[in-house]
Amino acid sequence: MRPGAGTTLLLVLRRELLLGFRRPDQVVQPLVFFLIVTTLFPLGLSVQLSLLREMAPGVLWVAALLSSLLSLEGLFKSDADDGTLEQLVLSGQGLYVIVVAKTLAHWLVSGAALLLVSPLVATALAIPWAAFPVMFLSLGLGTLTLSWLGAIGAGLTVSLKRGNVLLSLIVLPLAMPLLIFGAGATDRAIAGTNALGALYLLGALCVLTCTLAPFAAAAALKVTME
Amino acid sequence: MSSAAGLSVESVHVWRGDRHVLKGVSFELGVGELLQVSGPNGSGKTTLLRVLTGLLRPERGRVVWQGREIGAAPLDYQHALAYASHEPALKSDLTALENLRFLVGLKRRVSLDELHGALQRTGVGHCADLPARVLSAGQRRRVAMARVLAVQAPLWLLDEPYTNLDTAGSEVLSGLLGAHAAAGGSALVVAHHDLDVGHPVRRLGLM
Amino acid sequence: MWTWFYRLSSPPYVYRTAAACMPWLLGGAALAIAYGVVDGLAFAPPDYQQGDAFRIIYVHAPSAWLSLFAYMTMAVAGGIGLIWRIKMGHAVAAASAPIGASFTLAALVTGSLWGRPMWGTYWAWDPRLTSELILLFLYVGVMALRSAFDDPNRGDRAAALLAVVGMVNVPIIHFSVVWWNSLHQGATVAKLGKPEMPGSMLWPLLAMLFGFMLFYGAVLCIRLRGEVLNRERQSAWVREAIGS
Repeated sequence: MRPGAGTTLLLVLRRELLLGFRRPDQVVQPLVFFLIVTTLFPLGLSVQLSLLREMAPGVLWVAALLSSLLSLEGLFKSDADDGTLEQLVLSGQGLYVIVVAKTLAHWLVSGAALLLVSPLVATALAIPWAAFPVMFLSLGLGTLTLSWLGAIGAGLTVSLKRGNVLLSLIVLPLAMPLLIFGAGATDRAIAGTNALGALYLLGALCVLTCTLAPFAAAAALKVTME
Repeated sequence: MSSAAGLSVESVHVWRGDRHVLKGVSFELGVGELLQVSGPNGSGKTTLLRVLTGLLRPERGRVVWQGREIGAAPLDYQHALAYASHEPALKSDLTALENLRFLVGLKRRVSLDELHGALQRTGVGHCADLPARVLSAGQRRRVAMARVLAVQAPLWLLDEPYTNLDTAGSEVLSGLLGAHAAAGGSALVVAHHDLDVGHPVRRLGLM
Repeated sequence: MWTWFYRLSSPPYVYRTAAACMPWLLGGAALAIAYGVVDGLAFAPPDYQQGDAFRIIYVHAPSAWLSLFAYMTMAVAGGIGLIWRIKMGHAVAAASAPIGASFTLAALVTGSLWGRPMWGTYWAWDPRLTSELILLFLYVGVMALRSAFDDPNRGDRAAALLAVVGMVNVPIIHFSVVWWNSLHQGATVAKLGKPEMPGSMLWPLLAMLFGFMLFYGAVLCIRLRGEVLNRERQSAWVREAIGS
């Protein structure tokens, strides 16, 4: 009896979450990086609250992007290193489902974790509480989209020895739209204006990426596994 | 032996960059047959295995399983095969049992008892709840063998499965190969020394 | 028609055809560009608002257009190589990438020079120039990915996949940058738009555009021949062609 897509999804999710819990430092380190990077901006620029509030969306988003990129490298790398990636490719389950499951699990331990820490950072950057819901939503959609985009980059660079810089080089230009929409939404929320337009655009981008990116990431894995 | 029920490799050529690694390899592997592939280092044994798994597409030639080209229905073919690569393919943070539960579970519904049974047969039943990183190389190899066993696939593709195994382990492996062939399965094994499994073994040498 | 397509996948055929096409493309390019430069610089009337500064459009707009066109070519050729496993597709993509990147650079430099009289500064995050900059990053990513692999086959295929993904993203990126720019209309940044174009201004522009396209074709032929030779260096026909 061949397991279906649902079973595969659950199996992979379970495995990824187990692995995440057994290596908590891999989960915590990017979060600490997120905190550190956001600290750099006030240190380097200014501590005036009004100025901080103005740059807050951009700082928040750049820091989130950079720390997500750090954890993206490990999406396929550890599996490639110990040979389990081949077994996944040959599991008979189709790479699309496996990529979807792995990326989702990766987002749960990185992007979602980022969401939990974001109130701290937001307070440090003088973002008013009224803007928090929009900030959460935009960060949630944005990190999810970034995980999908990053899966493509990770798939392309998994077999390279020093692939992490190249990964960032590949993923960041593709991630610029979501930075624009996400920071734009947060910006509008802080200013008190309607952020729905930006959120819709971000949502559309997320949906588009969620559906198409796994194909590209699966194809990337097949190419680099040859 | 009717090749329609087995594996048929027809004139496979593979280039790696400028090197002509596989030069028109052809052979047949029928039901209940064991084939040992040997050759000097760099002769393309691992490359051949990767072509047989479908990971690598040959520039020329084709691989046919049960009358169909493997590229035509890749997922079906993957379900019919169990591949053991050079590395044991275990996550070091998961226990042996958790590793098996995941890898075998992707291929077929399997109970924990069956997995325990497979681990017993390869002699590492006591390692079931130990994380893979504390196991020795030989034990990890045995867990990999348990995986191949538990998947219950008709075609086994094994890349140097005897690596790191002690005498007892080698005997267990040979026994498993013999039993697999006797039950009608096929296996292609890359090995440097001649196999002795109580079952006729054909040999293929790569230059 | 399919025989033509099939022939295009044969390296010796591509090598010879590129050699034959190149002089025509180069000659046509020279004529078109010569006409465009002379007519655009000397004879077209100065713009009402921008004076003579607008004339840089005769180099800037074709460069920008070609940077996009070259990317599309690279992505389509790479896609053909990826899907149908036609090696010449990868050769065209590899040959096209540096040319496209150069056009992007040219568009950025000329755009920046144009910005000086318009905005008083060399860079003001104009949406079109920002899109061009991101396009340059995309080019660099594709070229870097191709060269990062030891196995040239895998490098080609990975770069082709990235180029296709990038091509899907280019409209999204452009749209998002325009949207972003519309938010920050604080500074009165005039966009690098084309001024109202009467015929006397338009014809030289079209000629330059056409000439740049032909020029791209000519340079592509030259680079493509080099790529083909490099990729097929082991085969007999190359040794004959080189005569060693």
